[in-house]
Amino acid sequence: MTATAVSLQAEIFTALGTVIDPELDQPITELGFVRSVAIDDDGVTVHLRLPTAFCSPNFAYLMASDALDALRAVDGIGRVRVLLDDHHDSDTINAGLAADAGYVGTFGSEAEESLDDLRRIFLRKAHTAAIERCVTAVMREKSLDRSQIHQLTLRDLPDGRDKAALLRRRFELGLSLCPNGRVVVDDEGRPMPPEAVPLRLRFARSVRISMEGNAHFCRGLLATRYDDSATATPQFTNTRTRSSR
Amino acid sequence: MYTKDGNSYFIVDGHVHIWDGRASNHRNIHGKQFIDCFYDYHRNLSPEHVVWDYDTYTYYGGERLMRDLFTEGYVDHAIFQATLLSDFYVNGFGQTEEALALARQHPDKLTYNHAYDPRNGEAGLAQLRRDAERMKLQGVKLYTAEWHGDSRGYKLDEPWSRRYLEECIALGIRNIHVHKGPTIRPLDRDAFDVADIDKVATDYLELNFIVEHVGLPRLEDFCWIATQESNVYGGLAVAIPFIHTRPRYFAQIIGELLYWIGEDKILFASDYALWTPKWLVETFVDFQIPEDMTEYAPITVDQKKKILGLNAAALYDLDVPVELATGAREAVPL
Repeated sequence: MTATAVSLQAEIFTALGTVIDPELDQPITELGFVRSVAIDDDGVTVHLRLPTAFCSPNFAYLMASDALDALRAVDGIGRVRVLLDDHHDSDTINAGLAADAGYVGTFGSEAEESLDDLRRIFLRKAHTAAIERCVTAVMREKSLDRSQIHQLTLRDLPDGRDKAALLRRRFELGLSLCPNGRVVVDDEGRPMPPEAVPLRLRFARSVRISMEGNAHFCRGLLATRYDDSATATPQFTNTRTRSSR
Repeated sequence: MYTKDGNSYFIVDGHVHIWDGRASNHRNIHGKQFIDCFYDYHRNLSPEHVVWDYDTYTYYGGERLMRDLFTEGYVDHAIFQATLLSDFYVNGFGQTEEALALARQHPDKLTYNHAYDPRNGEAGLAQLRRDAERMKLQGVKLYTAEWHGDSRGYKLDEPWSRRYLEECIALGIRNIHVHKGPTIRPLDRDAFDVADIDKVATDYLELNFIVEHVGLPRLEDFCWIATQESNVYGGLAVAIPFIHTRPRYFAQIIGELLYWIGEDKILFASDYALWTPKWLVETFVDFQIPEDMTEYAPITVDQKKKILGLNAAALYDLDVPVELATGAREAVPL
C-alpha cells in the first residue's frame, strides 16, 4: 500500500472521528458505529450501523449527514457515499443522503424546520456533564473548599482529557475560552452566583450519569446485535488504482 | 413474597407482558425489527443462565408467565402494561385478550392495564369508555412514540391527549403509565423529552404519572420534573437489569433516583419477558451502594421494601399482609 493510500485512509478515519453522537457525546468511530469504509477509484463508500433498528431517526440522520459533510472536506476523496444500515428509516435516510436532500427534504412532512435546536440541546447537556467531570476531578486532586468552586477558572484546570472536552464543548456553544473564564457557568456561559453552584453541579452529575448510562446501553446493544466487540474497528477496503491527489 | 436474612418483601412487578412477536404475527419488517431489538436487550443484560432461546422469546404464553412470575419469581402481584403496536403486528404485539383472561382468572395476582391512542379522536374516546368498563381499568399504558398511519408520535399535552386524560379521571382510571419512545412529530424535537409529562402532571393532580424506564435515556430530565410534581413516579423497568452487568452504574442510577425523587416514588418492574423477576428480586435485595461511593447513602431494607412492592401496592390499592407492610406509607396507623 502506498503512502498516499495510507494517508487517505487515515484522513478518512480522522474525518469520521469528528462526527459525534449527540446523545452520548462520543465519536462514532469509538462507539463502533462505522461498519465499513471502501475506497475505490470513484470515491469512498461508508456504511454506518446503530445499536438498534429503533434508534431515534433524527439523531441517526444527524450522524449520517455529519459524516457526509466531514468526508467531503477530505482533499482528493472523490465522490462520497454514506449509507445507514439496518435501521427502520434506512431507506428514507439513505435516499435523502444520496440526493443531498437535507433534513427537511429527507423527512418531508415529518420535518418542520431544522435539527439545530435539537443539536444545541445536546451540546448543552454535553457541556454540563463536562463541567461536572472537571470540577469533580479538581475536588479529588486538590482540597478545594466547596465554597470556592464558583471562583474556579479554566486556568485552574489541569491539562488533560476532561479539560480538552470542556473547551471543545464551550467552543461549539460559542462560549468564551479565556483562561480567566469561570468553569461553572450556565448554558449561556454566564458565571453563577455562589448559592446557585451546588444545585447546578448536583444536576450536572445527573446529566453525566444519564449520558454515560446511555452509552453503556448503546455499546452493549451494538455488541450483542452484531455479535462483536463495540470497540471493533471498521472494515477497510481500498481498491483505488489512481493516485489520490 | 421473598424472604432473605429474616426480612420479607411484598413484591409487585409493575410492568409485565404477554406478547406475540412470532413471524406469523408480523405486519411488516418493523415487527421483526421490534422483537429483535427486545431480544438484544434481553440477551445483553440478562445473566447467561436465564437467557431464553429466540423462539421461546417471541411467544411464551400465560402458563409460562404464571410460572416465571409467581411460582419461581417471588411476585405477589403483577401489572400488565399493554403495548399494542398495531402498525407493526397483525394481532397486536401485546396480547390483550389472553392477558385480560389471565387477569380475570387470577384477580388477586394480576391487574390488566390497557392502552389508548389520542390520535383516534372521538371514536377512541368511546372505545376507552367501553374498555374501562369491560376491563375494569385502573390504569393505562401510553406509548407516545407509537406509529399511527402517517404519525410517528404525539405529546401528552396536545389537545386530544388532554381530552383522553380528562376522560380517564371521569372513568376512575388513576394510573397513567408513560413510555417515551424514539419517534415524534416533528422530528425536529427530542422524542424522549419528558417536559410534556411535567405539564399534564401539574394540570391533572387526580392522576398519577408513572414514567416507565425512569425516563431513560433522559434520566436527569425525569428526575428534575419528578422532584417538582407530587404525582410523578418512576418505573425501574429496563434500568434495573444493570444491577447484573454494571452494578456500579446501577448504584449511580438508584442513588440519583433516591436523591431526587425519593424512596416513595420508585417502582420495581421486570418488563417481563424482557427480563425475568427471580434474579432481579434476588440481586436487588442483596444489592448495596459500593462503600467508595460516598456521595450516596446506603440503601436500607425499608427502602427496598417500598421499591419492590409497597409503593405500587399503594397506587393500585393492593392488599398487603400486615406483617409485610412495614415501611409503607399506607401502613402508618392514623
